[in-house]
Amino acid sequence: MKKALAICRRDLGIMFGGPLAWTLIGAFTFLSGYFFYSDLTFYVLFGGGGLPTGLWRYVFLHYRLVAMLVVPLVTMRLLAEERKLGTLELMWSLPVRDREVLGGKFLAAAIVYVIMLAGTAVGPAVLFVLHPFAVGPVLAGYLGMVLLGFGFIACGLAASAIAENQVVSAMLTYGVIVFLWFASTNEAAIGEGVAWIVVGLSLFDRFSGFAQGVVDLRDVVFFAAFAALFLFLALQTLGARAWRGVA
Amino acid sequence: MIEARQLTKRFGGRTAIDGVTLRVARGEVVGFLGPNGAGKSTTFRILAGIFPPDAGTASIDGLDLEREPLAARRRLGYVPERPALQHDLTVDDQLAFVAALRDVPAGAARRETMEHAIARTGLADVRRRRIGALSRGFRQRVSLATALVGDPPALLLDEPTVGLDPAQSAETRRFVREFGRDHAVFVSSHILADVEALCDRVVVLHRGRVLADGDPATLAARLRRTSYVDVEAAAPAERLAGILASVAGVLGTAPLAGPSEPGRCRVEVALGHDVRPAIAAAIAAAGIGLFALVPVEPSLEEAFLALTEGPRA
Repeated sequence: MKKALAICRRDLGIMFGGPLAWTLIGAFTFLSGYFFYSDLTFYVLFGGGGLPTGLWRYVFLHYRLVAMLVVPLVTMRLLAEERKLGTLELMWSLPVRDREVLGGKFLAAAIVYVIMLAGTAVGPAVLFVLHPFAVGPVLAGYLGMVLLGFGFIACGLAASAIAENQVVSAMLTYGVIVFLWFASTNEAAIGEGVAWIVVGLSLFDRFSGFAQGVVDLRDVVFFAAFAALFLFLALQTLGARAWRGVA
Repeated sequence: MIEARQLTKRFGGRTAIDGVTLRVARGEVVGFLGPNGAGKSTTFRILAGIFPPDAGTASIDGLDLEREPLAARRRLGYVPERPALQHDLTVDDQLAFVAALRDVPAGAARRETMEHAIARTGLADVRRRRIGALSRGFRQRVSLATALVGDPPALLLDEPTVGLDPAQSAETRRFVREFGRDHAVFVSSHILADVEALCDRVVVLHRGRVLADGDPATLAARLRRTSYVDVEAAAPAERLAGILASVAGVLGTAPLAGPSEPGRCRVEVALGHDVRPAIAAAIAAAGIGLFALVPVEPSLEEAFLALTEGPRA
């Protein structure tokens, strides 16, 4: 655990030492801020039921899109660049377990992501001061965002473990999450036999509950399992050096 | 301190190393010599605990790398072939990070081991600079300092002089010699002269097998079955060749330049005879001015050819 923290601290140092983290946090804040403003304007003009279904639902569905765009760029370099620089090889010669390396990197990306999400809370906070509302549905939405983001980070780490090139790493992540996102949008295109599997795996369906302020334990477990699966894949990919070599 | 027994490793259908056995004691610098692709880096990676061998065992300070991987890896410092450094960190950040991973507790102990590594590699002036802003030679020093942090008794240096200019190479060799006084140092190279100058003992690897293991002088003698001397004198190369051919101990001559003056000639001489005084005397006797008499180091490829072909009849 101590070593995972040391790796996390170092990776945060690298990310915030260069322009990457700042750029991504800036982009995330700008896009999510724009969506909050535009969704609020829409709600004020046209109404549409209560806040949870009329406003928060749209806000979180838009935040979700921003996370989908930005998180793969946060994770793309975490392992790919270390492999390319040879620092991963050096790390493997140090007394640290692969799962501690992954844990540290996951934590670093998670911290950057939570900072991004914290930035988006400014809009709702200002609204609350002007016009108090029930915070439960908003918290549910943020819980959904955290779980979803952690799933993306795990997926991005697995892609970053496989690729040596950062762009390939990001593209792999986009491929997986966009596919899992939209796999169930056209149920007619998938056979009835496998439809239940595809729908079951769809991040799209799993997230919409949170966005409307509903926390279902099954959805929480789903996202946790989703992240665990990809962390396991990442761990296996790092372990593949035993037969694949380092290069 | 560093010990390998019958290491074998295959990647796909290709055998990278086959039955490699070697040991390095504390206070000893052992060279690992072999052409590119001989399996040096694979051996290093097994000894550094990066991946396990398919067969055989490797241990550091008596700790088996497969059974006690963390304890064994705590006792080794590895310098990979290409300097593996994150450019956005400062030298201090890098050393503190590695110290933390080598279980050096934060506080006085960590500061002390960092000071020690910085002092031994002469990094005091640049310790707060970004690694990306340092020259190639300084980055190599940071790599060496990284290996020293936490004071591991075994050092594995994979081709530490590759890509350095002559001054930086000489500096790196000096550091390696110093480390050898209180560490077990295993250092690879494909440059014969490097290994000869540095090492107490040399292990020669060829196509994944250990071909020889001995002290450098004996080995160099074995590697240099024949040696060559380049002669430069104030006479056409053809005439020079004629004179040199008659010197006792000369096996053959070959003119190097055209028939202009001064002529240059490569002379093949029998092993174990230093014929240079005889050559000088012969040229002086012919009344020709002698400019240079330079022994030619055989290339490693030639040396390996000699070693793999066995003695010529």
